[in-house]
Amino acid sequence: MPAVLRLFGYLRPYWLRTLVAIVSMLGTAGFSLVVPWLTGRAIDVGIDADRPYLLYVFAAAVVASTLLRGLSAFGQTYSGEWLAQRIAYDLRNAIYDHVQNLSFSFHDRNQTGELMSRATADVEAIRWFFAFAVTGLVQIFLLLIGIMVILVQMNFKLALVTFAFVPLAVLSAVRVSSILRPSWARIQEQMGTMTTYLQESLAGIRVVRSFAREPERIAGFRAENDNLHRLQVRQARLQAFNMPFMTLILSMATAVSLWIGGRDVIEGTLSVGDLVAYIGYLTLLALPVRRLGFLINTFARAQAAGQRIFELLDTKSEVQDKPGAIELPPVKGHVRFENVSFGYEDRSPVLKGITIEALPGEVVALLGATGSGKSTITMLLPRFYDVTEGRITIDGYDIRDVTVHSLRRQIGIVLQDTFLFSATIRDNIAYGMEDAPFEKVVEAAKLAGAHEFITSFPEGYDTWVGERGVTLSGGQKQRIAIARTLLLNPRILILDDSTSSVDTQTEHQIQQALQFLMEGRTTFVIAHRLRTIQHADQIIVIENGRILERGTHDDLVQNDGFYRRIYDLQLRDQEELQAMARSRTGETNGRALRVDGRTGVWP
Amino acid sequence: MMHGGGGWHGGMRGAAAMDDSLGAIYNAKVVRRLGAYLKPHWRRIALGTLMMVVVALSNLAMPYLVKVAIDGPIAQGNLGGVGLVGMAYLAAALIGWGASYVQVVAMAVAAQSVLVALRSQMFDKLMAVEQSFYDRNEVGRIMSRVMNDVGTLQELLTGGILQLLSDILTLVGIMLVMLTMNLKLTLVSFVVIPVLIGVTWVWQGRARDAYRNVRATISVVNAGLQENISGVRVIQSLTRERSNRRRFDTLNERHLDANLQATRLSALAQPVVELISAIALAIVIAYGGSLVLGGELTAGALVAFALYVNRFFEPIRDLTLRVTTMQQAMASGERILEVIDTPVTIVNAERPVTLRPIRGDIVFDRVEFSYVPGVPVLRGLDLHIAAGQTVALVGQTGAGKSTIVNLVARFYDVTGGSIRIDGVDVRDIDLPTLRSQIGWVPQDPFLFSGTIRDNLRFGKLDATDAEIEDAARAIGAHEMILRLPAGYDTNIRERGNLLSAGQKQLLSFVRALLADPRILILDEATANIDTATEAVIQQGLVHLLKGRTSIVIAHRLSTVKNADLVVVLEHGQVVETGRHEELLQRGGAYYRLYTMTYAAVA
Repeated sequence: MPAVLRLFGYLRPYWLRTLVAIVSMLGTAGFSLVVPWLTGRAIDVGIDADRPYLLYVFAAAVVASTLLRGLSAFGQTYSGEWLAQRIAYDLRNAIYDHVQNLSFSFHDRNQTGELMSRATADVEAIRWFFAFAVTGLVQIFLLLIGIMVILVQMNFKLALVTFAFVPLAVLSAVRVSSILRPSWARIQEQMGTMTTYLQESLAGIRVVRSFAREPERIAGFRAENDNLHRLQVRQARLQAFNMPFMTLILSMATAVSLWIGGRDVIEGTLSVGDLVAYIGYLTLLALPVRRLGFLINTFARAQAAGQRIFELLDTKSEVQDKPGAIELPPVKGHVRFENVSFGYEDRSPVLKGITIEALPGEVVALLGATGSGKSTITMLLPRFYDVTEGRITIDGYDIRDVTVHSLRRQIGIVLQDTFLFSATIRDNIAYGMEDAPFEKVVEAAKLAGAHEFITSFPEGYDTWVGERGVTLSGGQKQRIAIARTLLLNPRILILDDSTSSVDTQTEHQIQQALQFLMEGRTTFVIAHRLRTIQHADQIIVIENGRILERGTHDDLVQNDGFYRRIYDLQLRDQEELQAMARSRTGETNGRALRVDGRTGVWP
Repeated sequence: MMHGGGGWHGGMRGAAAMDDSLGAIYNAKVVRRLGAYLKPHWRRIALGTLMMVVVALSNLAMPYLVKVAIDGPIAQGNLGGVGLVGMAYLAAALIGWGASYVQVVAMAVAAQSVLVALRSQMFDKLMAVEQSFYDRNEVGRIMSRVMNDVGTLQELLTGGILQLLSDILTLVGIMLVMLTMNLKLTLVSFVVIPVLIGVTWVWQGRARDAYRNVRATISVVNAGLQENISGVRVIQSLTRERSNRRRFDTLNERHLDANLQATRLSALAQPVVELISAIALAIVIAYGGSLVLGGELTAGALVAFALYVNRFFEPIRDLTLRVTTMQQAMASGERILEVIDTPVTIVNAERPVTLRPIRGDIVFDRVEFSYVPGVPVLRGLDLHIAAGQTVALVGQTGAGKSTIVNLVARFYDVTGGSIRIDGVDVRDIDLPTLRSQIGWVPQDPFLFSGTIRDNLRFGKLDATDAEIEDAARAIGAHEMILRLPAGYDTNIRERGNLLSAGQKQLLSFVRALLADPRILILDEATANIDTATEAVIQQGLVHLLKGRTSIVIAHRLSTVKNADLVVVLEHGQVVETGRHEELLQRGGAYYRLYTMTYAAVA
């Protein structure tokens, strides 16, 4: 219940509109009650040979009260929807805002699809709740009270008999929804399972084919499909039996009132018109009662959805500005990791006792196997995660004492998997600096070696990229990402120098762009290329979250350790080949051969 | 979404328009084809239809019984008669309830069976169509056809059509009953019907546009959300949160406006329709009352009229809604049939040759191939790969490396020449036996949801746990797997980014080793593995390549160096073959390619 109560809190800013909704709700219920009464009166009083004009009066009254009812129903529906839409809008904004401010560790734990479902399906459930369930339930309640009062006044005995059926109808509605809800949930779940199965079969079609697993996949899909079929037929049965049951109860009430009421008419204690009005009131109840089950369902769904949304909104970001955090002034780029450890609560530490000092402009190459923790080190610097022990300083400022915004503005990051947004190339390059003039954008693109291919598109810088746009190759994306970072001109740089498979020409261009990018900046590079490694001021070899070796290339080659092993396996080959290339092309007399080292990678 | 004021990208608009389109109300082809699916269930459908008539009759009977009670026993003072009519009313209600149960269940079973058949057939087809189908169609689009379009059809089959039929039945029934009761009053009260139909029709058209706008704007909002969540790391590193929030707010607001517009329309329709039905009721009271006074109508009949008029308007109001459902379903049906009717060109030969085991001798005989007619990728390629050899394919992007391996596994068929394995044209080899003996390790390893063990077992369904662990040890993945939270039973998709690209690739090596293929294809399989990790898996890779014909699209120099044969490709033709050292010494294409990679003159 708290989730639902909290949802009502969202109505507060719109109290005036809420008031309008309530008033029109009362109006709708009230005018609904007038019509059957008028019909009954018309039969009893209107059909009077002495006063034939009365019929017209009643007819006019029916039209008038229906018109009023219609208008208040409009007010009710519109205000209800208006409030529902507003709240959905507010919730979507709140979720958007919150999610994009949550730290990386939150996003590591949560999948995009899961978060999306909260922002879409759950918000929708709450919209339905406000649009239909709240007004619907209140309306049924008002109608019930109103009809009860009228019926009691009309004929006490008859009312008593009829209302014996009302609790029955309500109870059965509640029961039906409690039967149907878990059944719906199972269908939804099965749909989810089937969707995942389908999605994987299609996305992994080549794997399926190359292992010739089509028969197994088909059998698997059949099984899921049959499961869904079974659940859906079961659901249909439950629904077919239970939903009309409420109407049946109401019909029973009508039958009984016809019988008892008929007797009363014969005995003269009830007029024919009253009996008609009476049955009219019962039919009036039919629609809302039929909807009761649906409304209760909506109510239950909203409660679950509310819980999920609030759970998300109540998640505190682990990385937040400290109270009184200061703006980080423009830095020179002196970075120190002091005995830094990092780990997730429930797992063994990822990093332990890391101490690194990078002077302004130095290049620090990080080397280590997959999962060694080398990329985690770089993620701590812009506070994508917070250290669990030790501290990191930039120019002497503890990074937790400055605002996250001012810190990240001075750090440029180029990751291996380059994410571009659905926007023009120009907007993508200016993503970190929206007000950048066009010349700056072009300049950055030129430096990143991207200008040429960008201008080869018919729409040039206005070409759309991203999910629905032009498909760019891995190398092209990477160069746009480099341009994006160049535009920021950060003092500190974090980059992953691997490139996805690209052709030689592109490879070379990216190399150059990265080289240019690193110049004069304090750089932490997750290194894959010999050239980067050789020229780094420090090489740090990480294994299992600890620093295993450190030093320059020459130091480490002499040191017969892990670096030496990698070197022998991969790097030496490359070095020898470079040497051979140099001798074959006979580059001896002054013309320097520029060597682009890349660890044993062939196009 | 990041685009400020301007339009959404053209492609998007096109796609949205395509999947939101409404078909004709009635599409003969769709109805005929779907009708064929319903045929086996004709008994159920007949029963359901019969029950539908019963339901409609019982609905009609109830107001009529009220009339009977008022005009008959009540007017005559017959107490027993009143009881009888009451019982009859109750019986009508019970019969209606029972019949509606039978009807709904019978129809649901029939409809669901059709849907199951459609989904299964679509899936079968999707497993059978050639690879180029997936080059042309995004997975998301195909998914939407299997799930959403079938869902739309479900709405029609389990709700729409039935409701439409029973609405029509009820309407006709009410008209008949009213006509028999009093011709004049019926005709007079029907005066409002054309008005009602006209009003709802016009309104429906406008509401449909409004709701289409709602759907279009929500898909933009969702795309924005989706992109924001997937790109959150970049957004945070570029500190774009505030400005993104403003942009999102604009999209969100546009959706809100569209929604309110639609709401206003639909809320406004309500009082209008009610007013029209109230006018009908007023006519019944005023004119009917005067008929009662004139003795042309009984009081009971007047009451029944009033009750019937109430039941009349709901179906008419819904009628236009049902039309929309029909239109959507026709469009969906067409899209579903399109998938089912997709031709399959790569099929088993009429008398396929079963090669088991394949030795692995592969001959390319003047092979020609093009993905797009007129743009040849392979131009008369000749190549012989001896059984058990490790062959490295090198060459620039677009030289045809990936195409060659695609053709060996018959993901595509050659457009000229032939490929023979152990002397048999691949097109004559039984497709499942061929593919099951070819292992393919792509650059981007695909793992399925489930545990590590399940994923490895994908390579060999009857592998024992011990076999799986042995394979993992051989590749050098065993230790890595044991370090995961639940070892071999770790669920891959449960916790976001649990595995790195390198780890995934190691697992796909184990999977391939378990399958023990006769021909192994490594399609840039080590491209995403970093230097240090490669040092770890070096041994595993050697183990994987041993004892089978291996075709390697090489990214790593070490692999090329160790290959038995290096094949240099240029523009879809072989320009050089030989071992690494020989080729370097020769100073030809291979040498040029190599120097271009590692050295560039400043």
